[in-house]
Amino acid sequence: MNAGTGSVAPPGRSLWSDAWVVLRRNRAAMTALCLLGGMTVLVLVGPLLSPFTYDGTDWDQISSPPSLANGHWFGTDGLGRDLFVRTLYGGRISLLVGAVATAVSLLIGISYGAVAGYVGGRTDQVMMRIVDILYALPFMFLVILLMVLFGRHIVLIFFAIGAINWLDMARIVRGQALSLRGKEYVDAARAAGVRGGRIIRRHIVPNLLGVVIVYATLTVPQVILVESFLSFLGLGVQEPMTSWGALVNEGAQELENAPWMLLFPAVSLALTLFCFNFVGDGLRDALDPRDRSA
Amino acid sequence: MLRFAIQRLLGAIPTLLVLITLAFFLIRLAPGGPFDTEKTLPPEIEANLRAAYNLDESLPVQLGRYLWNLAQGDFGPSFQYRDFTVTELIATGFPVSLRLGSLAMALALVLGISAGTLAALRQNRPVDYTVMGAAMTGISIPNFVLAPLLVLVFAIWLRWLPAGGLGDGSLRFVVLPVIALALPQVAYIARLTRGSMIEVLRSPFTRTARAQGLPTRTVILRHALKPALLPVVSYLGPALAAIITGSVVVEQIFGVPGLGRFFVQGALNRDYTLVMGVVVFYGSLIIALNFLVDLVYGWLDPRLRHG
Repeated sequence: MNAGTGSVAPPGRSLWSDAWVVLRRNRAAMTALCLLGGMTVLVLVGPLLSPFTYDGTDWDQISSPPSLANGHWFGTDGLGRDLFVRTLYGGRISLLVGAVATAVSLLIGISYGAVAGYVGGRTDQVMMRIVDILYALPFMFLVILLMVLFGRHIVLIFFAIGAINWLDMARIVRGQALSLRGKEYVDAARAAGVRGGRIIRRHIVPNLLGVVIVYATLTVPQVILVESFLSFLGLGVQEPMTSWGALVNEGAQELENAPWMLLFPAVSLALTLFCFNFVGDGLRDALDPRDRSA
Repeated sequence: MLRFAIQRLLGAIPTLLVLITLAFFLIRLAPGGPFDTEKTLPPEIEANLRAAYNLDESLPVQLGRYLWNLAQGDFGPSFQYRDFTVTELIATGFPVSLRLGSLAMALALVLGISAGTLAALRQNRPVDYTVMGAAMTGISIPNFVLAPLLVLVFAIWLRWLPAGGLGDGSLRFVVLPVIALALPQVAYIARLTRGSMIEVLRSPFTRTARAQGLPTRTVILRHALKPALLPVVSYLGPALAAIITGSVVVEQIFGVPGLGRFFVQGALNRDYTLVMGVVVFYGSLIIALNFLVDLVYGWLDPRLRHG
């Protein structure tokens, strides 16, 4: 038992270090992660590198195709606005929505699921019954309604999208919490007189994080998609501010004359969703021991 | 099985009521009304209009009236298309949407299941990687991006297919919209099929079937396919919802006069009853079909209905 001088404790192998090793070996996921990092830097810094603004008109270059000579690398739209800068601004909105709406859905989903799973019994049944009912609602229609009715404020978009995406998270967290509540250390904490709320925060939630991170990563592309969908219908962010969905919509209307207006935002959007899905899949392989085969 | 069915049915009814109530109150809470025009109407006329559409009653009474009429298949009059009832509008739009939707669903199932099975049989080989890469691409390209790209390539550059409308109603006009609706679902179904097929192919009963010397074809079709399709069946509900939601934009892009277009236009015009009608109609459709999917699932998987 004496920690003699010669014996060095073997380095701990936590879930996280194991996961990192698995993830690092997954080349597709790592490439996607790097691309996403690059994309984030680009949307933040890129607009500073261009002499144009997202809402300024270049009167000499209306509907200019992409060209290196006049500085409009992605071309301009029918109002002479630089598409490179507009695409990057759209990316800011999309990534921001991805982050904020996912955070909202995490917050609701984890609290709801952890409480239902930890408390259990009738409370759990009622809470999960409510989730079942909500689950069957056609939410996209309700969000469209919401946007039509209450205007298109960006904060509302964040919360509306976050508020409809927590159901999956609640179910997953609840299932995990249900299995955690029987663990010895939870019993020990309870025996020591720790209150329920504290047990949930200190013992249940930290042990859920692996699964939560996987599904959070998969939630990000979903919420980005919902925002673009709304913007595409003209219900998202408002002019002159833009988002990828809105740009795709504008591009779709000028298909014949200005295909570049569609191609650049469409590719950016698809590439981002693609990367998030790859990272999510990679994380699932790394962190979620249940689902190694798929 | 009957008990199982009744149980599921009892689950579907509250969902439907929640949906109707939620949509009802959301719309009534909205700023702006159905009679907002550039000219302000004289108060007497507006009061008469409101009375004619029963908008002067208290909200619970209106909700009760709406539910009562709904139970008799009456969605009320449209506020904007003054000469039509919402039921008539749904009856014109829905068949068009139904045709698109069911073709898309059929295509998604056939393509998705075959691609997924193929990938599972060639696991970790080039075919598998190709199919899964394509599936990932399909999942990552939303249908409102895919649709204009399809138009650009096949209608404008290659001029193979019409860019929109219904034309004479022939199949050529629905090819692009159906593909745009189906492809993301093909991708999801292929991934699901592959995952569960790999698991089933590893299980003892398929090994036994193979050990008996049955050809791979028979092993797959007779033994492996049914259990492997369980996750696909449980995905049918979400797939359906996705196709219905997708049809809203796809109909918009291709100028198809279906129910999705009525919905978007109704929403922009604040046509309360029309929007409500479409939400309730599609909502009930999704809930009803989910109920059917549950039944099929219970029939396929005895563990569930006896559990």
